[in-house]
Amino acid sequence: MDRREVLLVAFATIVRKEVTRFVRIWPQTILPPAVSMTLYFVIFGNLIGARVGQMGGFSYIDFIAPGLIMMSVMNNAYANVVSSFFGAKFQHHIEEMLVAPMPNWVILAGYVTGGVLRGLAVGIVVTVIAMFFTQLRVSSAAAVAGILMLTTVLFSLGGLVNAIYAKKFDDISIIPTFVLTPLIYLGGVFYSIDLLPRLWRAVSYANPIVYMVDTFRFGLLGAAHVHVGTAFAVVSLFVLALGAYALWLLENGTGIKS
Amino acid sequence: MNALEIEGLEKVYANGTRALHGIDLVVESGDFFALLGPNGAGKSTTIGIISSLVRKTAGTIRVFGHDLTRQWFEARLSLGIVPQEINFSQFETGLEIVVNQAGYYGLRRRLAMERAEKYLGLLGLWERRNDPSRTLSGGYKRRLMIARALMHEPRLLILDEPTAGVDVELRRSMWTFLQDINRGGTTIVLTTHYLEEAESLCRHLAIIDEGRIIERTSIKKLLATLPTETFVLDLDATLDTLPDLPHYALRLRDPSTLEVEMTRGQDMNDLFVRLTQSNVRIRSMRNKSNRLEELFLRLVNRNPELTNDNGQA
Ligand SMILES: Nc1ncnc2c1ncn2[C@@H]1O[C@H](COP(=O)(O)OP(=O)(O)O)[C@@H](O)[C@H]1O
Ligand SMILES: [Mg+2]
Repeated sequence: MDRREVLLVAFATIVRKEVTRFVRIWPQTILPPAVSMTLYFVIFGNLIGARVGQMGGFSYIDFIAPGLIMMSVMNNAYANVVSSFFGAKFQHHIEEMLVAPMPNWVILAGYVTGGVLRGLAVGIVVTVIAMFFTQLRVSSAAAVAGILMLTTVLFSLGGLVNAIYAKKFDDISIIPTFVLTPLIYLGGVFYSIDLLPRLWRAVSYANPIVYMVDTFRFGLLGAAHVHVGTAFAVVSLFVLALGAYALWLLENGTGIKS
Repeated sequence: MNALEIEGLEKVYANGTRALHGIDLVVESGDFFALLGPNGAGKSTTIGIISSLVRKTAGTIRVFGHDLTRQWFEARLSLGIVPQEINFSQFETGLEIVVNQAGYYGLRRRLAMERAEKYLGLLGLWERRNDPSRTLSGGYKRRLMIARALMHEPRLLILDEPTAGVDVELRRSMWTFLQDINRGGTTIVLTTHYLEEAESLCRHLAIIDEGRIIERTSIKKLLATLPTETFVLDLDATLDTLPDLPHYALRLRDPSTLEVEMTRGQDMNDLFVRLTQSNVRIRSMRNKSNRLEELFLRLVNRNPELTNDNGQA
């Protein structure tokens, strides 16, 4: 059999299986972000937002809409890969892939693509919800598409690394709770980092999520704090580093092979 | 052409357990081969390494001449593995499981569906193809793992204790199925601690104990080396005393059951004639224990839990 065809079919099989999984359990995967984002829009956008006034030169609801979309995209890309890959480890069906003639990078690409698609699927749902509350426009489609791609890939890789190290179910919620959520909340979703004192503004620039949220906001609203080129460079670097690390872990069999 | 060649295979687990002490093994193409040994002997470790699920410490493995490390693509394509423990998703259906597995081996969807119908059908699973796998009984789950391993029609099928915990009837039907597959040209290696299984199915075998191969021969030769064989005779009537037959080692197990240990060269007809002369009528006769079992005890020179037919590894 032709090797390239085998790898292509194998990759497509993983992606298909991943999409089937998150669609089948949509009340656990698609519904929760839809509900929580509706609440965010009602409470922060409408009720509180009306009193906040302007933020970063925009009405508060317009300001937070891109951040909230990005937040759900990040969380869901991560959650998809971490729970699916850990589940595969836990129930041992990861072995179905390990015995097959498929290199580790195909496994990685398949799971990351699954995470990207879940992130985008939820992103679309949340965007539709946002349109009930405010008028969204796109000022740079390239920036929107590019940063969504990089962000979903990065968070999928993060979920994969988390799942590789996880030994029990607790381990797949520790990082999201204690690392990701703080970083996302402090990543400029709800406020403009201009509001921060100088020191904290500088610290914020060490948070990669600031670059992603800001670039996405730029893509929609057309205004950014960070230089968009710098943002793409920073996020790409993180993607490369984490991708190489995840692949190395798989090659090594960490947490998978005895 | 050899289906499987193992040289100097060693495994030390992270906790320091030395599971394999340099295994050498050759299985010829077309063979039906048993890797036999008690619990903890290293059977699953060996198969785990062949399946790329366990990292070897040292040694080489070739599958139809392809080095498993360097030519893993070709080697893995020709391998089908049925592991000892259930390892499919509990949330997927049988059909999803086998079709996805086919996909991992590069089979396009349409071909995968045809094969699914064929192999789920052969194993009596087609009717239940859309049931979530967690709702299947133990026997069905095992058969699903066999169907899954056959989807890409491997030239070498390896099964790790395929009939452990399976009821007698299903075990027999699995044996017939595997014999058919083997007749069709697929080389089969199975591990077992049911010695009867190796005796009824296999042409060659290796005995593994404490991480070492202690014997590698054909079933026929092995059986021929056995010095004695014990038969159990069920009697028509009860006996109080042993009949007086000087050349035979007889023992009365209970009043209606006689045991006789025959050495090679002794003649069954002669025994029956003499028993008839002594007015002992025999209703039925069977082997006392599996002959391989006796041999195994001699080889390892200790008393492992092998005789326990219910043992689970
Ligand atoms: N993951 C593991 N970590 C440490 N030791 C193991 C592991 N798996 C098996 N062993 C040990 O290796 C030896 C061989 O086990 P195994 O290959 O499962 O034997 P078998 O399949 O013949 O029953 C046993 O002593 C077992 O306890
Ligand atoms: Mg075993």
